[in-house]
Amino acid sequence: MIVSKKIVLHFPVRLVDRSIVYHLIKDYDLELNIMKASIIPDAEGLMVIEVRGEQTDYDKGVKYLTETGVRIQSLAQNVMRNEDKCTHCGACVTVCPTKAFKLDFETRLISFDASKCIACGLCLKACPPRAMELHF
Amino acid sequence: MSKTIEEINEKIKKGEAVVVNAEEIIDIAREKGVKKAAKEVDVVTTGTFGPMCSSGAYFNIGHSNPRIKLGGGKAYLNDVNAYAGFAATDLLIGANALPDDDPRNKIYPGEFKYGGGHVIEDLVAGKDIRLSVAAYGTDCYPRKKLETLINIKDLNEAVLFNPRNAYQNYNAAINLSSKVIYTYMGILKPNMGNINYSTSGQLSPLLNDPYYKTIGIGTKIFLGGGVGFVAWNGTQHNPSAPRNEKGVPVCGSGTLALIGDLKQMNSYWLRGTSMMGYGATLTVGVGIPIPILSEEILEYTTVTDTDIVAPVIDYSSDYPNMISNTLAEVSYADLKSGKVEIDGKQVPTASLSSYSRALIIADTLKDWIKSGRFPLTEPAELIPGIESGLNTKPMNERPIPD
Repeated sequence: MIVSKKIVLHFPVRLVDRSIVYHLIKDYDLELNIMKASIIPDAEGLMVIEVRGEQTDYDKGVKYLTETGVRIQSLAQNVMRNEDKCTHCGACVTVCPTKAFKLDFETRLISFDASKCIACGLCLKACPPRAMELHF
Repeated sequence: MSKTIEEINEKIKKGEAVVVNAEEIIDIAREKGVKKAAKEVDVVTTGTFGPMCSSGAYFNIGHSNPRIKLGGGKAYLNDVNAYAGFAATDLLIGANALPDDDPRNKIYPGEFKYGGGHVIEDLVAGKDIRLSVAAYGTDCYPRKKLETLINIKDLNEAVLFNPRNAYQNYNAAINLSSKVIYTYMGILKPNMGNINYSTSGQLSPLLNDPYYKTIGIGTKIFLGGGVGFVAWNGTQHNPSAPRNEKGVPVCGSGTLALIGDLKQMNSYWLRGTSMMGYGATLTVGVGIPIPILSEEILEYTTVTDTDIVAPVIDYSSDYPNMISNTLAEVSYADLKSGKVEIDGKQVPTASLSSYSRALIIADTLKDWIKSGRFPLTEPAELIPGIESGLNTKPMNERPIPD
């Protein structure tokens, strides 16, 4: 079975200069789409990737990452809407490149589908009451 | 058919008044006809909840010991610049005010995370605010420095005063250039990538009383979750703007200056707001009741999103350079559908004001009136209408002689 998952990788300082992503592709036959990467020498590295491949390969890849010391987080947990702050104006709807926000034409409320989110951060800036929060 | 506010108030007192919101009245009038609807319905409530930059608050902080004179000095609230140009202990803060060390657009586009609008929200929420004052000292007000926490409950008066709110219609903003622009109408993507608009359309106060026949100075309203009043016409009030056959202005026109006791307002309806690359502001909740005094007034309240048309204006070049150029006219029904066609291109649309919250405001006001706690007021004077000939002038910029 083919799976496709968006995950966040946290690289501890000691791993930042190792070619981990290379092994993920070559040894586990996984297809990667890098959506965001922040790798600075002597600091924790961060990468947001979409991983696609056979479930068994995916599981082996995740095991490799975990054993190497990379911390894995699901992307859906990273971008969140602060419901107390959101006013349901809708300014986010057109700036989101993946259409994660949807306007309900009946209630005029805006829904946020975290599974469509790629954590690009555009909505964080476009939201007038700053209701969108990024937690890496 | 004609009614007076006094008669309507009698019914409100007895709990017999028929009150509906500006959305409900559309179907009621369609079903029953204007004549019957005007007879049966006493009040139509409106609402809007959007960023309104010309908003602010003033308050009296009380006298410290020894006394300090704020007037002529410098004052900050949570590092945000406040205006200290009144008497010793009165202070004014505007929604767009910023801390001195905010980078603004030096790092473009600026984020404007915290400004005057946020101070007002925090104050209303009951949070302590840091007040820092530098004064010059006088014989009767010797103190020169003051650093203290203040809280709304300790202030003598705290008043929301907004010189321009509740715009009657407004531009729909688009970007014709090839790069992203950051405006008070939000982020506009290049090459007509999106359109942003900001009004509650058929629920909007002044669009339901287009000729200002009931809303005037002293009209009691919903303001920021509490009770407020119309203080005056707003700045840039422009009753002479062109109108369509239904009397609806086809661009920004009437405005209102609003006032109310901040102490009984609620931070749910006064939200500090950040417009990327533009500045900090305040999102304000406003609801105005319209007494159905005649069939004519009822007919105005039946305005629908299809009747209200907004001009599509380019904010990359035309707007900044005062070029009067309407690219297209689109109805709010179209804008609310999520996309409109401009020059053969489907352009996605988004709103900066919350329609769902505007509806809650109209319904809250409806409940207040129905419960008898909110009798209507007779305006002391109506705001200037078409007959005034009033319009908004551009600046008459002139060189200063040496």
